[in-house]
Amino acid sequence: MNATLLTIRMLWWRELVKFVRDRARLFGALAQPLGFWLLLGLGFHGSIRLAGPSAPGSYLAYLLPGIVVLTILFTAIFSTMAIVEERRSGLLQAALVAPVPRTALVLGYGLGGTTLALLEAVLLLGLLPFVNGVHLTPSGLVLALGVSVLTGLAFAVLGFVVAWHAASTRGYHAVMNVALLPLWALSGAVFPIEGAAPVLQALMRFNPVTYMVSALRQGLFGPGAAGAVGTPAACLFITLLFTVALVLLAVRTVRRPLPRA
Amino acid sequence: MSEAAVEIEALTFRYGSRPALQSLSLCIPSGCCFGLLGPNGSGKTTLMRLLATLLQPAEGRLRVCGHDTVTAAEAVRRCLGVVFQQPALDGDLTVEENLRLHGAFYGLRGEPLRRRIDELLTRFGLQERRREPVRRLSGGQQRRVDLIRGLLHRPRVLLLDEPTTGLDPLARHAFWQTLRQLRQTDRLTLIVATHLLEEAELCDEVALLDEGRLVAAGAPDALAHALGDEVLWLEATEPEAVAAFVQTHFGVEARAIGAAVRVAAPDAHALLPRLYGALGDRLRSATVRRPTLEDVFLVHTGHHLHAALESTMATVS
Repeated sequence: MNATLLTIRMLWWRELVKFVRDRARLFGALAQPLGFWLLLGLGFHGSIRLAGPSAPGSYLAYLLPGIVVLTILFTAIFSTMAIVEERRSGLLQAALVAPVPRTALVLGYGLGGTTLALLEAVLLLGLLPFVNGVHLTPSGLVLALGVSVLTGLAFAVLGFVVAWHAASTRGYHAVMNVALLPLWALSGAVFPIEGAAPVLQALMRFNPVTYMVSALRQGLFGPGAAGAVGTPAACLFITLLFTVALVLLAVRTVRRPLPRA
Repeated sequence: MSEAAVEIEALTFRYGSRPALQSLSLCIPSGCCFGLLGPNGSGKTTLMRLLATLLQPAEGRLRVCGHDTVTAAEAVRRCLGVVFQQPALDGDLTVEENLRLHGAFYGLRGEPLRRRIDELLTRFGLQERRREPVRRLSGGQQRRVDLIRGLLHRPRVLLLDEPTTGLDPLARHAFWQTLRQLRQTDRLTLIVATHLLEEAELCDEVALLDEGRLVAAGAPDALAHALGDEVLWLEATEPEAVAAFVQTHFGVEARAIGAAVRVAAPDAHALLPRLYGALGDRLRSATVRRPTLEDVFLVHTGHHLHAALESTMATVS
């Protein structure tokens, strides 16, 4: 095994080891989305009635795919945050003066974050029996897991790029929250696209996160589930394109000289 | 083979428009312990980062083990070990886990890596701590683990950027002993950046840097002896006037540097009482001592190594 694969494997392994040793992180990444889910889902329980023949049984059910995506997002933010510090002093710096190609760092950190995100997503899917309207088939499960992996990788490498340029952990947090939370809020996670004002509809159609949520929704509730935007295949394809674009951006970012510390 | 480990030719580097290094040329012989001495902001760390291929020069070129740091960066990285100001370790991982991770960056794994880690842990007296999280080790122990990290792949040149920052004097002393042992056992070129005179004096050769320029270079003893066997420093209320007075009345060279006057006299001891007699109250103090690198720095730059340090601290805060 050459240095590239070995480095990817070891960085990935390190991410898991650290996660297992730090239970607070597991809790932290899950608690906030779960809180959101219960607050919004139960709060709007009687106020929101989703129309249509394939509408999910309750607002809690409608929210669930979006909450899974939010969890993946938070996990990726947590797992790439350390890069801000490690770039200037520490581990990442040592990796940069080693002969290993920098692409290995993108993939090592990225896949570590992806695995954690997938783990959290699977834990959340344990909530499925508690919501009604679920229509889970083997192909639907594959779609849901596949989209979770791609989404996790996309957000992890996006975090990598932001962390690479961020001057401080605070700055990193600000950028990630300001950029990612609106993307999530406008993804059809909270309200379906058909009912939104035309200007929002246009924004939502341009938002790649919309297709991640939509793919996950159709994986769990069946093709054409209420709130779906596009066919499952189209959603998966757009998610894939977005992820590949972000990986390429991250690879390009690390190949250039380090920004001034 | 006594080829150069590092060759630097007419190197200039700027951060934006602010020059950090200016037309620096330097040759570091193989197998040498080489010190880069200068106050904060003198360009030591920038030079280290250029050598480590993290930055690229604006003008001039650098070669490490004969490889250009820009056109053959990968070859340079292969023969280079780097120890940064802060240990490049993950506090949550154990000593052994950290070393295995860093081995991966050099393609090292399995039995050969395990043997190398074993050998180095034994050598640096850390065998018992291998399964402990790095966070639980003392500062000095973490430095040693970090040094092992830099040595895993058997580099030919080891860069150390202020490696004793944050260590107490005892741990600092121990770290230098380790470095000296290392130089005897491995045929390794050590390049150490420091702002501490005591550390620079332990090196075979030093380069004095100030404001991005090379001030002087050579063996610490030779540099110091170039100033004479002894130097006489006078602290005076009016250094310029005192220097002129000494020069005309005693026929020896005297130069005002900052608040002090350096008198170059072959027999300083005999001169001293006569100077006191002639100048009396105008002298606050007089010192005769063997010249140090501090004197070398002072003579070449016109300011103290640590005065420069203080003034940079003042501009920062």
